[in-house]
Amino acid sequence: MVLTTTSIRDSEESLHCTFASRYVQESLPKFKIPERSMPKEAAFQIVNDELMLDGNPRLNLASFVSTWMEPECDKLIMSSINKNYVDMDEYPVTTELQNRCVNMLAHLFHAPVGDDETAVGVGTVGSSEAIMLAGLAFKRKWQARRKAEGKPFDKPNIVTGANVQVCWEKFARYFEVELKEVKLKEGYYVMDPAKAVEMVDENTICVAAILGSTLTGEFEDVKLLNELLTKKNKETGWDTPIHVDAASGGFIAPFLWPDLEWDFRLPLVKSINVSGHKYGLVYAGVGWVIWRSKDDLPDELVFHINYLGSDQPTFTLNFSKGSYQIIAQYYQLIRLGFEGYKDIMENCLANAKVLTDGIANMGRFDIVSKDVGVPVVAFSLRDSSKYTVFEVSEHLRRFGWIVPAYTMPPDAEHIAVLRVVIREDFSHSLAERLVSDIEKILTELDTQPSRLPTISARVTAEEVQNDKGDGLHQFHTDIVETQKDIIKHWRRIAGKKTSGVC
Amino acid sequence: MVLSKTTSESDVSVHSTFASRYVRASLPRFEMPENSIPKEAAYQIINDELMLDGNPRLNLASFVTTWMEPECNKLMMDSINKNYVDMDEYPVTTELQNRCVNIIARLFNAPLEEEETAIGVGTVGSSEAIMLAGLAFKRLWQNKRKAEGKPYDKPNIVTGANVQVCWEKFANYFEVELKEVKLREGYYVMDPIQAVEMVDENTICVAAILGSTLNGEFEDVKLLNDLLIQKNKLTGWDTPIHVDAASGGFIAPFIYPELEWDFRLPLVKSINVSGHKYGLVYAGIGWVIWRTKQDLPEELIFHINYLGADQPTFTLNFSKGSSQVIAQYYQLIRLGYEGYRNVMENCRENAIVLKEGLENTGRFNIVSKDEGVPLVAFSLKDNSIHNEFEVSETLRRFGWIVPAYTMPANAQHVTVLRVVIREDFSRTLAERLVLDIVKVLHELDTLPARLSAKLEVAEENNLIIHPNGPTDPAGIKKDNNNNNNNKGIKKTDIEVQREVTDYWKKYVLARKAAVC
Repeated sequence: MVLTTTSIRDSEESLHCTFASRYVQESLPKFKIPERSMPKEAAFQIVNDELMLDGNPRLNLASFVSTWMEPECDKLIMSSINKNYVDMDEYPVTTELQNRCVNMLAHLFHAPVGDDETAVGVGTVGSSEAIMLAGLAFKRKWQARRKAEGKPFDKPNIVTGANVQVCWEKFARYFEVELKEVKLKEGYYVMDPAKAVEMVDENTICVAAILGSTLTGEFEDVKLLNELLTKKNKETGWDTPIHVDAASGGFIAPFLWPDLEWDFRLPLVKSINVSGHKYGLVYAGVGWVIWRSKDDLPDELVFHINYLGSDQPTFTLNFSKGSYQIIAQYYQLIRLGFEGYKDIMENCLANAKVLTDGIANMGRFDIVSKDVGVPVVAFSLRDSSKYTVFEVSEHLRRFGWIVPAYTMPPDAEHIAVLRVVIREDFSHSLAERLVSDIEKILTELDTQPSRLPTISARVTAEEVQNDKGDGLHQFHTDIVETQKDIIKHWRRIAGKKTSGVC
Repeated sequence: MVLSKTTSESDVSVHSTFASRYVRASLPRFEMPENSIPKEAAYQIINDELMLDGNPRLNLASFVTTWMEPECNKLMMDSINKNYVDMDEYPVTTELQNRCVNIIARLFNAPLEEEETAIGVGTVGSSEAIMLAGLAFKRLWQNKRKAEGKPYDKPNIVTGANVQVCWEKFANYFEVELKEVKLREGYYVMDPIQAVEMVDENTICVAAILGSTLNGEFEDVKLLNDLLIQKNKLTGWDTPIHVDAASGGFIAPFIYPELEWDFRLPLVKSINVSGHKYGLVYAGIGWVIWRTKQDLPEELIFHINYLGADQPTFTLNFSKGSSQVIAQYYQLIRLGYEGYRNVMENCRENAIVLKEGLENTGRFNIVSKDEGVPLVAFSLKDNSIHNEFEVSETLRRFGWIVPAYTMPANAQHVTVLRVVIREDFSRTLAERLVLDIVKVLHELDTLPARLSAKLEVAEENNLIIHPNGPTDPAGIKKDNNNNNNNKGIKKTDIEVQREVTDYWKKYVLARKAAVC
């Protein structure tokens, strides 16, 4: 008689459903590459499940970057996900789509380009790269001019407002250019053109104005800056140019405020950058920089790549990168056209107004953002003695909303604001829901005792808990615990300090 | 009596795309169109034009990955709307990047404790990675010179002439002089001895390549390390090494684990690797790892503050997609060490199949080595009648994209065809490629020499100057008698244009091959 065996181990591992398999019992590798492979379904499931704990991109009201595109566009994206953009000879159509986008944007910004002339510009990974390229061009031109004049060229500087996005500080630090910031003041949160022009000296490579300040969405007065700088240039002969950082505003102003003169219509504006992934309505990963004319981009910076005999001039920091964002940008430009973009921006503005009015009507907030600008609603608490905007922000998270709180840069650090960015996919109903959730939170916070004086007490209490009485603190053996601890500690310390806001 | 109308009165939106007016209109090229168009039309029009792009999987010119598993495609699509830089909003994605950095650092034998966090960052590609590493070296060197009271205005970097173009970009944009070690026929990588000779007090680092773009060879980093240690002892300059392991970084640890090229060598301070090459992820991700905290100057790191949480960052790009980082983590845990090893071994096997197939034709010299990145670089034994560029052009008709390049200085007379063996290049494809190359050779054999006919005509018109007798960039010698035979030929405009274009093509290629 043969005894039957009932060994379960004989069954095919591959038959196990993922959640029955051993893969969900083990800790995911964090520091070392695992020795063995695992089935693709398990890998997918595990990574997907952990990612569930990320925030929901569409409720992320902190970011200007697009979070929704039409399914047709998603389809185009997926089919070109394996195209390396830089292989220009292998993918000539994709390259041409980039060129078409550059030309369209140049015309949108009134670049002085003839009908058959090709515009000078390039697609980048974002406005950071675009700004670095524009800054590099200015630096090199200024150096060349100073060398020709026999003057020193080792101390270039750039004049901007203190409200600049962090990538200008990066540019300054990495490319060894001094950053001269015009300080803000309470009630005036953008760069003052008069003060900016005052700060210009012979070493200034350019003055950078922002169309759509990150903090309040305001447009800086580029026209006034142009006039004042033209006057100063006449006196000094320095010929200082202007760069407009239109990362957000570049895809808004031409549609909503076409008469606002901020682009190449102003003679001193030599280059403009815009983020395709903000109000260009494309997913993260595409920006554009346009130069006024060929003369504004020194040829020595342009590399001539030679693929299979054809010459392709390129001027980017990144080389290999995905093509799909460029294709998506072209899709949006032809799908929407001028009227489509206009309609969307008008909707955003209307929804911003709904939100602004709802918040103002509560009587508890001051509205810091302006009506003309990027559709952003920035508001501060009238009375921050019992609780601050940071706590409102934290509480909003419980409802699913991600609304960031920031302090203003110098010299207005005592002002803290909450900022909601109105994107294409933020509808009227979501605006109303947000207002009612904010009201709920205020009611809650009003009834709670004030947190502030007890913070120190809480810290002490926890330390005592960890102390086992013999003077030794308990060490966490679990990495995740340690990480969480560190972040908590830093949050307390860094709670009020902010810089590098985006 | 009402006359019935026969014009179509149905709503425009009912028309199928190809029945609509949108496919008759010329697509806007220079100006934004005034009106919107339906999304189906927009999709169809763009999709159709893109059909004329090359097929990414037949693009044998590129190292960059062109295929991933459907599960991974799904993960990527789900995270396509996450902006990577929103670290506080997407903490899990941020942590996946940190895990990848730690995993890769340990793969490169960085001197780390069990639970210590590695120093490194995810980038958009090796270009950004190299710029960050170069910036770190430049700043460290400047600080050192300032402290010594010496001039710090003329930094330079020593590399081989076979470097990828991004090193030249780095040098140009960040104002560092590039000192290139010239190649020579038969030796197509940087010679460590010559490199160390070129090091001076202004050298911020020596960059070695693990996996030269042109022929896949690994440079001898160990020898470079040993020679540089000796020189450093003599001079006290402390010159470090950077390893550009864009291709080799995901190959050597799996199939050549004994090869010492990484942080096991004490002078290696930073390494970059492309996640989108043999990291097996789609285009758009690279990694740079530093040996220790001391190798990355604190002043270059920016502390971004989101909602009170401090996040240190050191990248050139800010907003970018998250999909590739997630895909990299997927690959690392999905494949694991054995998976990557299997893939690389397959690539190497298939490269050998291709190489042997080409050798058996008897018409080619193999320029690539067996050890290195799995690619096959080969040149014609006899390129007097037809050259490698023509082989490449003719192969295009069969659907293959196989590039032809001339070597950089001082081996510009050598031209190669190069096939990169990626994960998705199977043995059957390798055999088919050999067959097609044989077909191409037969075809070209039957054709008269294109080049010589053009040359004669060009000589006719004094386009080529012969100091010592007729030669052309490809090294063909012609005999003087032919000069007088073609005086009576009349050319059309197009022919003249073509000749000039072809001449310039070869002239430019011979001067500069910024090959990738």
